[in-house]
Amino acid sequence: MTISTTTRALAIGLTASLATGAYAGGHGIDLEGKTVEWIIPFSETGGSAKWANFYAPLLSEALPGTPTVVVKFMPGAGSTKGANFFQEQEYDDGTLIFGSSGSTQFPYLLGDPRVKYEYGDWNVVLASGTGGVAYLPPDLAGKMADGGVSAISGEDFIYGSQGATRLDLVPLLAWEMLGLNVEPVFGIKGRGDGRLMFERGEANIDYQTSSSFLSGVAPLVEAGTAVPWFSFGALDADGNIVRDPTFPDMPTFKEVCDMTDGCETSGTQWDAWKAFFVAGFPAQKMVFLPAGASNDAIVTYTAAFEEIKARADFAEISAKRLGVYPQMTGDEAQVALQSATAVPAEAKDFVVNWLGERYGVTLE
Amino acid sequence: MDLITTALPALSDAFAMILQPHVIGYLVLGVCMGLAIGVFPGLGGIAGLSLLLPFMFGMEPLTGLALMVGMVAVVPTSDTFASVLMGIPGSSASQATVLDGFPMAKKGKAARALSAAFASSLFGGLLGAAFLTFFILAARPIVLLFKTPELLMITIFGLSMVGILAGRVAIKGIVAACLGLLVGTIGEGASAGALRMSTYDMPYLADGLKLVIVGLGIFAIPEIIALLRQDKAISDRAQLGGGWLEGVKDWWANKWLSVRCSLIGVMVGVIPGLGGSVVDWIAYGHTVQSAKDKENFGKGDVRGVIGPESSNNAKEGGGLVPTLLFGIPGSGSMAIFISGIALLGTGSIEVGPSMLKNNLDFTYAIVWLLALANVVGTLICIAASGGIAKLTSIRFALLAPFLFMIISFAAFQSRQDLMDLVALFSIGLLGILMRRFDWSRPAFLIGFVLSDPAETYANQAVQIANSRFRKGFGEGLEYVFSPIVIILIIITVTSVVVGLRQAKNIMAEGEVKSGSKRAPLIFLLAVLGYIIAAYWNAQLIPDYSSADRVFPVFVGTIGIIGGVILFVQMMLKPETHALFSDREAQEADINIFGLWPTLAWFAGLLALTAMFGFIIALAVFLLGFMTYRAGKSPVFAGIYTAAGISFICGMAWLLNRDFPAGWLQTAVDLPWPLK
Repeated sequence: MTISTTTRALAIGLTASLATGAYAGGHGIDLEGKTVEWIIPFSETGGSAKWANFYAPLLSEALPGTPTVVVKFMPGAGSTKGANFFQEQEYDDGTLIFGSSGSTQFPYLLGDPRVKYEYGDWNVVLASGTGGVAYLPPDLAGKMADGGVSAISGEDFIYGSQGATRLDLVPLLAWEMLGLNVEPVFGIKGRGDGRLMFERGEANIDYQTSSSFLSGVAPLVEAGTAVPWFSFGALDADGNIVRDPTFPDMPTFKEVCDMTDGCETSGTQWDAWKAFFVAGFPAQKMVFLPAGASNDAIVTYTAAFEEIKARADFAEISAKRLGVYPQMTGDEAQVALQSATAVPAEAKDFVVNWLGERYGVTLE
Repeated sequence: MDLITTALPALSDAFAMILQPHVIGYLVLGVCMGLAIGVFPGLGGIAGLSLLLPFMFGMEPLTGLALMVGMVAVVPTSDTFASVLMGIPGSSASQATVLDGFPMAKKGKAARALSAAFASSLFGGLLGAAFLTFFILAARPIVLLFKTPELLMITIFGLSMVGILAGRVAIKGIVAACLGLLVGTIGEGASAGALRMSTYDMPYLADGLKLVIVGLGIFAIPEIIALLRQDKAISDRAQLGGGWLEGVKDWWANKWLSVRCSLIGVMVGVIPGLGGSVVDWIAYGHTVQSAKDKENFGKGDVRGVIGPESSNNAKEGGGLVPTLLFGIPGSGSMAIFISGIALLGTGSIEVGPSMLKNNLDFTYAIVWLLALANVVGTLICIAASGGIAKLTSIRFALLAPFLFMIISFAAFQSRQDLMDLVALFSIGLLGILMRRFDWSRPAFLIGFVLSDPAETYANQAVQIANSRFRKGFGEGLEYVFSPIVIILIIITVTSVVVGLRQAKNIMAEGEVKSGSKRAPLIFLLAVLGYIIAAYWNAQLIPDYSSADRVFPVFVGTIGIIGGVILFVQMMLKPETHALFSDREAQEADINIFGLWPTLAWFAGLLALTAMFGFIIALAVFLLGFMTYRAGKSPVFAGIYTAAGISFICGMAWLLNRDFPAGWLQTAVDLPWPLK
């Protein structure tokens, strides 16, 4: 063994011990003077933009060489355009990353013909979760408190929806499983519009993601014009649905379903719901490096996101903007990616079939 | 009510917050940036705010707000420059300003039109803020009264403005509006996701066309081409009208009009879901309807500038209500504004229902920062208007390539796809022909803008009403015919009846002589052909997606009936009739260049872009245009090209955007900006 190889071995050993556990062995890349482009396949105005705008400046500080991190919006075709674009990109110097969302995952899971991308090719470096809360107007909530879900199963429910193939699939399927007669009113532009419809008394059932619930619905709950019903829940390390850490006092959909006649927490329908819930909420937003990214780059980004999570003020600054949810890196992110992009064939078939029968949606 | 007791202390807190030197400093900085971006047609608040966002993280809330509000507030002020001077709507808020502002500029009254516009903007902004200060406390319950049927009625009221802007032949205006509505339905339907006039093989169309492209195509390109063909300056006579003081006097003479239009602006802005893209048309319609002598509208009546400009700045204030009180952005720029606020400080300002309770002082600070930004912005604009107005006396061949560069860049921001440019060019061609044959372009644009809300609200209202009727007949009626709906129906019907009676006198786009029969007839048949195709295409939508079928079929039916009536009339009437208006005949003496050779330059830019990417294509285009069309020396052309390219690169770099790529870029890896 020559001196140079010894020092190299030593250097590798040192870097390995410095680098994070999951991808030990990388050198890390230096991004000094470079500009990192973060592609978001949505417009400047959506939730993914909010998420990326939150992380971008932090990422810039945390990456070696403090590169400029710019968020680039590439909306179109329900986010499949931006994702297809990213699929075509080859790894170059680690200055290109991609932020996907539930709306990118769903068409992939459902076999939308526009999807030309493959999650398996990409390298995940961060997975951000969220949750969702369903709520009702006080009169219906009161009826239900007295007589259980069956007391409101005869009601005519109106729900403002963005489309049955979007994230709304999860609540729509949930309500159907509970035996509620919910008519979705399509054509709203965002969940905020759905909440407004609820506030105007036109819709009488709604759900919001956690951060929107905290900012938009919690004041209504306080004022007595809305009553929270259940959260969709969160996943524990073994993949079980447990109470949402942001709303520990709220029952999960699983608990509500268990208590309701005719709603099963096992079987194909349940598996399908759970699969799409996992794809849509606990692993909703992910950051990827393109196909063929070097181990060094993956290590560097993973370390950067871990550094962000380790910031003293992270809990404080993220709570308001992202909610109290796991921001997963390394192996955890891998697991999240797996559960969000691999849906059992029966579950997929069930949902595709259900969408066709119930809403006339064909994915051709 | 203890409104006053809560409002006054918060208001004085807000003023104490605003009136600090560093806050004012950031506000002025934001204003300057907003003015600089708003001046360029097609770029507005969204581009400007995205530029600021990276700096917002953790910034002190008040200074961050000052910067962002300064930026947003003045975009509708500075985009007036493009509308008045070039006839290009600077943003959706100044579309109606073009109708009278641009003719004024052509007559050499640019400075007067500009300062009247700015005075109106300022007044609108201030009145809006004053109104909001009190209204915002009571706004929540009032806004919640506007349910889907009410929103649908307002949309229909907006559509009724077509009646006034229809032009000499009312049916032509209606068919134009139908065409706009149908173009607005292109792509995936909002209700069931059925495709209209598009396929997934062309993903671009499946997403539908964006307003920025249609607005620029329908107004900007026809004007640029028309001016180029005449090869002279925009204003064919010396500057007159005494400059800016005259315009301020004009505003003062019409101050009550300005008050009314400002209030229209605030109120339409307050209602979530409509955005501001129609507010200027409603204000213009009101201006025309309430005027005693109408014959000058469309030919340079200063009131046609004062009305819409009073409304569009007031609208920004009104738009704060849905944004701050409900957390629902009224426009794209407001959506970014919300996400910017979330980044400020420790995220303590939470936009939404709790805003009034927890952050009333900040709410007021935002309202009055907006007003203050209007004052600062207007003063800067008035000061600059005399100088900038001189642009109208420059030979247009020197301006046109630059303008083309800017609007192509702006159009490309919509989807970052080469198809953006193709769409711009195609809509531009439609605009050129509509202008030539005197089909109302405003009617088309109103139709396009309101297509989506009209369809969505109609579908939703029907669905919800059905559910109400199932509960009980009375409950259903109560939902559909609320007092607000009934009032709106009365206003709309009155406006249509009065409007159609007056439309003959109002030539929103000036007078047009008639030419031969053949060309107008061919254009009619082409329009009718598209409408029939769209109708047929919609009929093919299967039953389970019927929600996406009803609207285009309904509009298509009206369009086809109108088109057939026009066709029959054309067969019967002599060729001197207004039906056969043809600008080619009228402008034959002043046009130096033909339409097609002029258009070929831009088609060339498009083709070159498809091959070599935008920057290389632009270099060739600018050099060629300056040398051969403008007849300048190679040295001049070289300098012009270099200046143009560096300008656009600087802009793209600042906004962090790419340029359209062509075939070359797929074959070879090139560095930015060529990539």
